[in-house]
Amino acid sequence: MSNWQTLIKGIIKENPVFVLLLGMCPTLGVTTSAINGMGMGMATMFVLILSNMVISLIKNVIPDKVRIPCFIVVIAAFVTVVDLSLNAFLPELHSKLGLFIPLIVVNCVILGRAEAFASKNSIFASILDGIGMGLGFTIALTILGGVREILGSGAIFDYKFVSEDSSTLLLFVMPPGAFLALGYLIALINKLKKA
Amino acid sequence: MEYFVIIIGSIFVNNIVLSQFLGICPFLGLSDKVSTSLGMGGAVVFVITLATIVTFLIQHFILIPFNIAFMQTVTFILVIASLVQLVEIILKKVAPPLYQALGIFLPLITTNCAVLGVAILVIQKEFNLLQTVAFAFSNAIGFTLAITLFAGLREHLDQMDVPKAMKGTPISLVLAGLLSLAFMGFAGLV
Repeated sequence: MSNWQTLIKGIIKENPVFVLLLGMCPTLGVTTSAINGMGMGMATMFVLILSNMVISLIKNVIPDKVRIPCFIVVIAAFVTVVDLSLNAFLPELHSKLGLFIPLIVVNCVILGRAEAFASKNSIFASILDGIGMGLGFTIALTILGGVREILGSGAIFDYKFVSEDSSTLLLFVMPPGAFLALGYLIALINKLKKA
Repeated sequence: MEYFVIIIGSIFVNNIVLSQFLGICPFLGLSDKVSTSLGMGGAVVFVITLATIVTFLIQHFILIPFNIAFMQTVTFILVIASLVQLVEIILKKVAPPLYQALGIFLPLITTNCAVLGVAILVIQKEFNLLQTVAFAFSNAIGFTLAITLFAGLREHLDQMDVPKAMKGTPISLVLAGLLSLAFMGFAGLV
């Protein structure tokens, strides 16, 4: 597979959220607005690129039987870095994403890429894969966050385009709206793929 | 009364799956039969309660006294992963029938974010040990309730005439949304 394909496949063809259905917890949990979705996506992308890189570097050293715990420790270390840095530099975003930052550890996108790609490929390809998958994840979360923000609070990226007292579809910023919005988005993508 | 509020609050009002979005992967992936969901639920109740007690003790007797609370994420996930392995080995030796029932679900639980999520939540909420046990247990019951209800609904979904593009995951997500909407009716209960 060429480098270009490795990079690009995560964005559309194997999009982790819309196609592979991985990492559903943060996808549904934090996407009440486009900016939250984007922040979560970036944090995940950071961890994904670095963990892919390190795991690809040490893949020949770790014994096969204990590889999963080893991967988890590497991932957890980078998640701690992200957690502490966000808390220091972007405290507002950190408090909005809350519990879902430490939970990046158990995001199946990251462990999935470590197991399926980084543990078998060269370091360069693993970094590209991390960037592609991370971008796909970020784009998906931003789109879902955007749709929910537009419908639920009549705004996009915190820019309100309806008047203060107009009523919006509040349902979409509440928990059921997350399931509904993602369900219809995936249906739409299925429909577009067929056409 | 305080424990009653914790229990009702975590089973119905702030249901871990339907309003906190933890443990979505097994919720969507494993719930097409009621019997499988109950098995998974049983394993989750067991592991969440045990793991939360152990991580609670580690937080208060190791991480805080030694001033290394920033190691929380790394420590907790390792403890949970090894605990799941340990439970698997012990069950296999001590209670083979229980192992038969829960066995296949145990390895999947390590990456169930509900386990790590509850372990971190009890630290954030600054519960004492008894409250922790009540919170962990009732959240796990809430998980079992949600996943079993959902499986029951999905069994009927198989016979429905669903538009082509909505087949599979999309319609399941919409269904989960409706279930979550129904659970919003519990808001204000406590």
